[in-house]
Amino acid sequence: MSGNTTTDKAITIRNLVVDYGPRRILNGINLEIPNGQIMVIMGQSGAGKSTLLRCILGLKKPTSGSIHMLGTDIATASRTDIYKARKQIGVAFQGGALFSSMTVAENIQLALHEHTNLDEKTIQIMTRIKLDMVNMLEAENLMPSELSGGMAKRAALARAIIMDPKLLFFDEPSSGLDPSTAAELDQLILTLKKGMGMTIVVVTHELDSIFKIADHIAVMKDGNLIETGTPQQIIASTNPEIQGMLNRKPRETIVDTDAHLRRLTGGF
Amino acid sequence: MECNVTSESGFDLIKLSGEVDLQFSPQLREKILGCLKAGHPLLIDLAKVSYIDSSGIASLVEGFQTAKTSKLQYGLLNISSTAMQVLTLTRLDKIFDLYSSTDQFKQKLQ
Ligand SMILES: Nc1ncnc2c1ncn2[C@@H]1O[C@H](COP(=O)(O)OP(=O)(O)O)[C@@H](O)[C@H]1O
Ligand SMILES: [Mg+2]
Repeated sequence: MSGNTTTDKAITIRNLVVDYGPRRILNGINLEIPNGQIMVIMGQSGAGKSTLLRCILGLKKPTSGSIHMLGTDIATASRTDIYKARKQIGVAFQGGALFSSMTVAENIQLALHEHTNLDEKTIQIMTRIKLDMVNMLEAENLMPSELSGGMAKRAALARAIIMDPKLLFFDEPSSGLDPSTAAELDQLILTLKKGMGMTIVVVTHELDSIFKIADHIAVMKDGNLIETGTPQQIIASTNPEIQGMLNRKPRETIVDTDAHLRRLTGGF
Repeated sequence: MECNVTSESGFDLIKLSGEVDLQFSPQLREKILGCLKAGHPLLIDLAKVSYIDSSGIASLVEGFQTAKTSKLQYGLLNISSTAMQVLTLTRLDKIFDLYSSTDQFKQKLQ
């Protein structure tokens, strides 16, 4: 194990527990998210993926446990400290809609107007640089209602990266997108990692996308983390739950070798 | 960030060092536009820049446009590989005039 845990991990989660009333939603999650890499969190609907993200973002106070991120324990931090950490974080959420009364550019600039004293000209150029990165330069003055699903996702991504965040979070980025648009988004996520050195956490259950972008995969089920590893390790997992999620039947043990031989040869 | 402006023969030189981020890029912008407003060609040395964010890049871009409009030479010197990576990602590596020595820029002025 590396002793250098403070610098090579962007986020360290220890024994994270979340209860909603009498129901335990997260049951002691332990997870380390390495710097500058892409971590995919997968698992069936209701597994607790969004709740985990909400805790990391400081939007939900956990019942117990710790979340160390950018030098702060988010689980116990004050509002001010959470707010400080949040400025270094970009978020593109499931249904994280753009404001319908503002143009695409105005939506993207919002955080700059809120958090900085930059000149209007600088803000305009920064906005166009980010729009260019997501291939949306021509959509600057459109209203959100005029965008296709894929364009809205890309605009949300431009908004998420406007402050050059160290950490970027996506909840179900490609849900509802056609395969080619989803593939474009995957490419964009890879570019952000490579070109800007961002640490990226993606919640998704699109298998195509997972194996294209992930450096590490964490698999959740019923509030537990049932496996973590590289894509190769996850594919090789013998855990039937995971094989099930990967849509592959666990291999049966061959009991009747003659029958198996006949199956392979056709029994001539 | 540190930002030193010196006036050389026939042009101004801005030497940048450290992190050019949201906090410091307004200062960089002011220095760049100041030199150009005075009618001086401008060379910006980025060798000691450890990090530049998109507000810093935007200031460089605005300076370049201003220089073009005023028909002044404007160049970036000794760009670090980190800064280059950001420029490439935003397709600006092809737009800027990049130099590897002050002499190279001086030749361009004649
Ligand atoms: N605000 C809430 N109050 C009560 N239960 C909730 C709340 N939010 C989520 N849950 C429950 O927590 C479980 C995990 O939800 P969620 O984190 O959204 O899962 P996922 O994102 O993996 O689909 C679900 O059973 C859900 O019903
Ligand atoms: Mg969810």
